[in-house]
Amino acid sequence: METTRADVAIIGAGGAGLRAAIALAQADPKLKIALVSKVYPMRSHTCAAEGGAAGVIKADDSLEHHFDDTVGGGDWLSDQDAVDYFIGEAPKELIQLERWGCPWSREANGSVAVRPFGGMKKQRTWFAADKSGFHILHTLFQTSLQFPSIERFDEFYATELLREDGRVAGFTAIEMRSGQMRRFDARAVIICGGGAGRIFPFTTNGAIKTGDGMALAYRAGVPLKDMEFVQYHPTGLPSTGTLLTEACRGEGGVLVNRHGRRFLQDYGMGPETPLGRPVLKTMELGPRDRVSQAFWQEQQKGNMIPTQWGDAMLLDMRHLGEAKINERLPLVRDMSISYMGVDPVTDPVPVRPVVHYMMGGIHTDLKAATPLPGLFAAGECACVSINGANRLGSNSLTELLVFGRRAALSAMEYLQSGARAASESALATGADAARGRLRELLQRTGGKETVAGLRREMMHTMEANAGIYRTHEGLAEACVKLADLRRRYRAIELHDKTNVYNTDLLQALELGSMLDCAEAVAQCALARKESRGAHQRLDFAARDDRNFLRHSLAVFDPGASPRIEYLDVVITKSQPGVRDYSGGHE
Amino acid sequence: MGERTVEFEVLRYNPEKDAAPHFQRYSVKCREEWVVLDALNHIKESVDPTLSYRWSCHMAVCGSCGMMVNGEPKLACKSFLRDYPGLIRVEPLRHFPVERDLVTVIDDFVAKLARVKPFLIPQPGAAQAGTGEYAQTPAQLKRYKQFTLCINCMLCYAACPEYGLIPEYIGPAVIALGHRWNEDSRDGGRAQRQEELAATNGVWDCSFVGACSEVCPEHVDPAAAIQQVKIKSTIDWYTEHLMPWLNK
Repeated sequence: METTRADVAIIGAGGAGLRAAIALAQADPKLKIALVSKVYPMRSHTCAAEGGAAGVIKADDSLEHHFDDTVGGGDWLSDQDAVDYFIGEAPKELIQLERWGCPWSREANGSVAVRPFGGMKKQRTWFAADKSGFHILHTLFQTSLQFPSIERFDEFYATELLREDGRVAGFTAIEMRSGQMRRFDARAVIICGGGAGRIFPFTTNGAIKTGDGMALAYRAGVPLKDMEFVQYHPTGLPSTGTLLTEACRGEGGVLVNRHGRRFLQDYGMGPETPLGRPVLKTMELGPRDRVSQAFWQEQQKGNMIPTQWGDAMLLDMRHLGEAKINERLPLVRDMSISYMGVDPVTDPVPVRPVVHYMMGGIHTDLKAATPLPGLFAAGECACVSINGANRLGSNSLTELLVFGRRAALSAMEYLQSGARAASESALATGADAARGRLRELLQRTGGKETVAGLRREMMHTMEANAGIYRTHEGLAEACVKLADLRRRYRAIELHDKTNVYNTDLLQALELGSMLDCAEAVAQCALARKESRGAHQRLDFAARDDRNFLRHSLAVFDPGASPRIEYLDVVITKSQPGVRDYSGGHE
Repeated sequence: MGERTVEFEVLRYNPEKDAAPHFQRYSVKCREEWVVLDALNHIKESVDPTLSYRWSCHMAVCGSCGMMVNGEPKLACKSFLRDYPGLIRVEPLRHFPVERDLVTVIDDFVAKLARVKPFLIPQPGAAQAGTGEYAQTPAQLKRYKQFTLCINCMLCYAACPEYGLIPEYIGPAVIALGHRWNEDSRDGGRAQRQEELAATNGVWDCSFVGACSEVCPEHVDPAAAIQQVKIKSTIDWYTEHLMPWLNK
């Protein structure tokens, strides 16, 4: 089997993976870095992030404010030592990106501009119009091209981690172009594989967001943490699920129901603020979990507007005027016209909540290290955890920079601590076994199940039972169904048994990742008998700090459902309190 | 809601099985509001799982799903069925080797992009020293902003007749991206980039057909970038040869 030897191998070349690669290349030019991704770096889903990246920069802001907003926004499930590190590093990372040439939007005096975002008490979201993630990704990708020590392996799909003596030793990956398997030997591996929003049918996530990085670590014995916390973004286009950034509301857009009422005032986020003069941390600038939940409540009351794609509310931006919409929200306008046939300059745009982000992920400590020596993780695939039970918009782009770099530094420290390379025999045995499993899947005959069929059932189960509001009955049903789908997955037969760019095979592997992630979501949600942040139980409506001020850890079992364990939240200075989004009125 | 049956003719090529590319017909029920990508996904899911193509974001920002739709380079996620009343012929992007079905090999672009040093090369001198943010006014940002919007989708290469004739030509997107850094007030690397941009297979291969800008889904206008580089390179030449005292 063809083998690539590297000091550090990175799986995933989106924002976090690129940031990690650059940090390694800068720290020690002699390090051999393999950057492995199932897509070309510029296709990574970081490109779809719109609104911006949070970091304290302006004189009226402070690190304490960013800390409080993040911890409160996360309903006190965030690890406060990790949040402390995050907010401190955030401005440095955003300035670093500026120095690499990121085209941030500017104020008249030439300083970087910031905009308001949901759940944030101050304006601290750096942005590049409404393509912030796109510009961050391309700035990082193009910057990475100056480092000869970063060797890229584009369109290689990682299948299994290799281990020896309880340490990571590398992984196997399929080269899409040839269908051949390649072995990557590395003493340190960083997973930056992104989220798993595709386990749901209605999502802002691109096709590639299938939880592959999470599943790699999970199957190697690393727990997935807080997987029950799935973020719904309140404003997706009902037709396609395309995201309309929170910046629509940051710039002054408002949400109204079928009666024209700005309904958020009825759900603890009032009183109503003047049109076109948004007030931070209240009404339309409430946090995503609360706003999405208000949609659901309104639906129960029949206050939504029926459309051919389901019930919707209206996002009204008309009062912003054409000039401001073109300057600040050009993509939003373009997509609303293209995919909904509605021009936000002249008409309100129908929107409904859409699955957007996984707060949970690969369990890491605040140094981005997993419990498996030599394995690190950063970005959406990881749970460090700064986002707790609900991420604030614009914290995730910053997170992938801060913890992408942190993972790189931790990997360096690990190498310097004298971590031994694995033996050839262990690597060869592991890689051969991985190739055997892949061949078995590729060549299997007589199977009765299809990728598309199982995927549809999985998505339907998740949408019906693991959405914005959940119950014991629904989640228990989902757990039974997902266990059954995992069993049936072993009877999949591929239609395409060839080697070159076989997307039937790729989608089968992605489905395997998604089923594992979906089951972790459902099992953690079933076990968490409280309501906190994005996890709302109709049968346990209150937050229960006595029993559940803890992280869930799902531990993989190849033949059965995961074991669920708990880990205390790190609390340093902010005791759990009441989340107040009344704009100071309550 | 509206549905209609749409006829697709999709280019198929599997190097392991096919001696040559061929077209395959699919007749599928489509919803009125679908884009070509939705129809391909429907075919992949319900009709023919062996069809291969790239896609991800479905919002015209990841650049994966470039393909020829009725002979024109398009993003499949932004090609609306309502704009194609008859048969829809889908082929891989022109001018690129076909890897499999609608999947092309884009190594050439990726290698050329690296050659123009598409990253910030700091200006020499004290003004740029330090670790704080560079100042850049909105007017300075506007000078290069449109050229940052390239999503690397390759449509301009498929549209460019020169790239079809001269494979060594570095091409519209690479020139636009090199120019993007040259026009950035924070950058000082223009002289280094000129080695590629103004070289034999740089801007001078362009005969100003302008097809690149017509097909660009992000309105980057690479043709404008190319002409701006030509003008500046010409000024460089005159400065160097006719006014050597300025080259101190």
